[in-house]
Amino acid sequence: MKCWGGGKVKHTLAVLVENRPGVLSHVAGLFSRRGYNIESLAVGETDDSSVSRITLVVEGDAKIIEQVSKQLNKQVEVIKVNDITEEETVDRQLLLLKVNADIAVRQEIMQIVEIFRCRIVDIGRRSLIVEATGDDAKIQAIIKSLQPFGIMELVRTGRVSIVRGQK
Amino acid sequence: MNGAEYLVSFLEKKGVEYIFGYPGGSVIFLYDVLGRSGLKHILTRHEQGAVHAADGYARVTGKPGVCFATSGPGATNLVTGIANAYLDSVPLIAVTGQVNLDSIGRDAFQEADIIGITMPITKHSYMVKKMDELPSVLEEAWNVATTGRPGPVLIDMPKDIFAGTVDSQVGLEKKYSRKVPLKNGLSEQLDKVVAALHEAKRPLVMVGGGVVSGQASEIIREFVNYTKMPVVTTLMGKGAFPDTAENCLGMVGMHGMPAANLTLNSSDVLIALGVRFSDRITGKPENFLPETTIIHVDIDPAELSKNVVADIPVVCDVAKFLTEMLSRLKKKGLEFATKEWLQEVTIFKEKYPLLYEKEGGLKPQTVIEEVARQVGDKVVVVTDVGQHQMFVAQFYPIGKTRNFVTSGGLGTMGFGLPAAIGAAFGKTNEAVALFTGDGSIQMNIQELATIANHQLPLKVFILNNSCLGMVRQWQELFFKGHYASTLFDSNPDFVRLANAYGIKALRAGETDDISEIVAEAFRLPGPVIVDCAVCQGENVLPIIPPGGKLNEMLGRWKGEAHISRIS
Repeated sequence: MKCWGGGKVKHTLAVLVENRPGVLSHVAGLFSRRGYNIESLAVGETDDSSVSRITLVVEGDAKIIEQVSKQLNKQVEVIKVNDITEEETVDRQLLLLKVNADIAVRQEIMQIVEIFRCRIVDIGRRSLIVEATGDDAKIQAIIKSLQPFGIMELVRTGRVSIVRGQK
Repeated sequence: MNGAEYLVSFLEKKGVEYIFGYPGGSVIFLYDVLGRSGLKHILTRHEQGAVHAADGYARVTGKPGVCFATSGPGATNLVTGIANAYLDSVPLIAVTGQVNLDSIGRDAFQEADIIGITMPITKHSYMVKKMDELPSVLEEAWNVATTGRPGPVLIDMPKDIFAGTVDSQVGLEKKYSRKVPLKNGLSEQLDKVVAALHEAKRPLVMVGGGVVSGQASEIIREFVNYTKMPVVTTLMGKGAFPDTAENCLGMVGMHGMPAANLTLNSSDVLIALGVRFSDRITGKPENFLPETTIIHVDIDPAELSKNVVADIPVVCDVAKFLTEMLSRLKKKGLEFATKEWLQEVTIFKEKYPLLYEKEGGLKPQTVIEEVARQVGDKVVVVTDVGQHQMFVAQFYPIGKTRNFVTSGGLGTMGFGLPAAIGAAFGKTNEAVALFTGDGSIQMNIQELATIANHQLPLKVFILNNSCLGMVRQWQELFFKGHYASTLFDSNPDFVRLANAYGIKALRAGETDDISEIVAEAFRLPGPVIVDCAVCQGENVLPIIPPGGKLNEMLGRWKGEAHISRIS
């Protein structure tokens, strides 16, 4: 029987789109109606203010990813789709995390923050806000380390990626 | 020049002749201009009628159909028709009015987010928010609808855009889309196709709707003559290759011709041209021809390996592909030894002809065969959706491209009558034969007024079985005869109804001479409705039961008294 090889892999797609109202909803709508799942999504203007770049992380086998790319390519407002999963990339996410920080544990938290080279951006009477950037692994590690103190609020962006070197 | 004048003159310049539409508050400026222009506006009696008529017009002419509707309910009434055109890749320009720019988002009177609603069912939906965008949006929308794989686009225009002033000097140079074209290794793929054909013992061509829209019906004949391969068609491909040609086995699929399905099942190399491997053909995609080398040619890369994995995917316009292939094959002097294979195919044809029980009342197939016998390719054949649609696909041979109009992908009941109106305007020198059912016609019956209005040469055969035949058939076969909500107890008298609209009507029943009635329908000028009282219990056969394979058809076979699975 013919089938597509490979199991589910997380793919990073860099999608250049026209910077126009409604574009993001078109792209997101495409995913929902075709039954694909978005793991993470980040969008922002590029050096050309009329072009936005959407960085999408999608999980699926080779067949799904190929369909996703082709369907994205069909959208009038999509300029280019690049699957950069196999490329050497720099990946970053931003994390803001409000953690319980009574006087007794404050020092300990600050040490952790130091080790991960992240920053404290706000100090409250009983809490601290930690800001961190990094790849997925680092962000996960920070969250895990701060969990025992009690996370009050957590917000993180989708992943943004850029290919290293000449390109 | 105001926005409405700009739009109308744009359409005139593009060679548009007819607009199908329905006026309303937010398009009142547009209609004011339209009424004074050279464009002919066909007023339907419902916006759904307008969009299907534009669709029917596009299918028979190959030119984009254009329809207008007002904001809110006018726009939402287009939705089914737009989805219908999208699934069958029909070029369509739908222009909707919208509330004034400063009212958008305030739930104004007759406001609906038609862009949001139609985005999944158009190639693109545009909203014009600034006057200087209008020229480039129109130009691009036209291109999007008509190039590549055709399809519908929607242009939503707020009322003040129609009224506002366009400076026709600006706008056009500003490109809306900056898409980067994809690379495609066409030459390599063609080499692979040649190699696969070289190996093939039982090659087969499958002709889809892409052969119609790609205008490849001439070159496909040349290709088939040269390669001597048998041909099957999809429902959408019907007519692109003549059903009457010796090599043609007709339609494949759930209700396909027995020999066509068996040939498809036995093929070792399949050249699928402009098809999308709908589930009505493949059944479970993973069970579909596991041993066959599938060459899939389509202009839309997203179709390749969407449903069925293509061994050799080719992104190409079908006509270009066939031209390139012919030149390569001729250069190589490749001969096709298909003689044995064609003999095998002939045996399928002889052993498994399409049969039906002719006795016991007026049969829908008899009516269709009689119309085909009398007028054949001299008329455009339009169908609605349901049993009668499949009977027409099986029993009405079509010899010309764009001479068969049917709702394939979406299966829209109610499509037939308005689509036939569009077809009549598209092919003014031909009569139109519409086959519909008592269920389907009642979904857009208001369009009888449009037909009466224009005295169109439209012959409507209502294959009236007083039920929703296709669903009834499934309930009989797969739900133990539990006929839930499928039997119609209170149909109108269609003859008197037609008369009420001022349309001539005839009745055909078991005891009537159907051949005389069909002749009379075509003898009378203008529209004629023929209410044919056909057997309620007639089923579309063969049928591949759900989950079944191509060679597991249930049907009526030569020399067998009862319906049985093919053996």
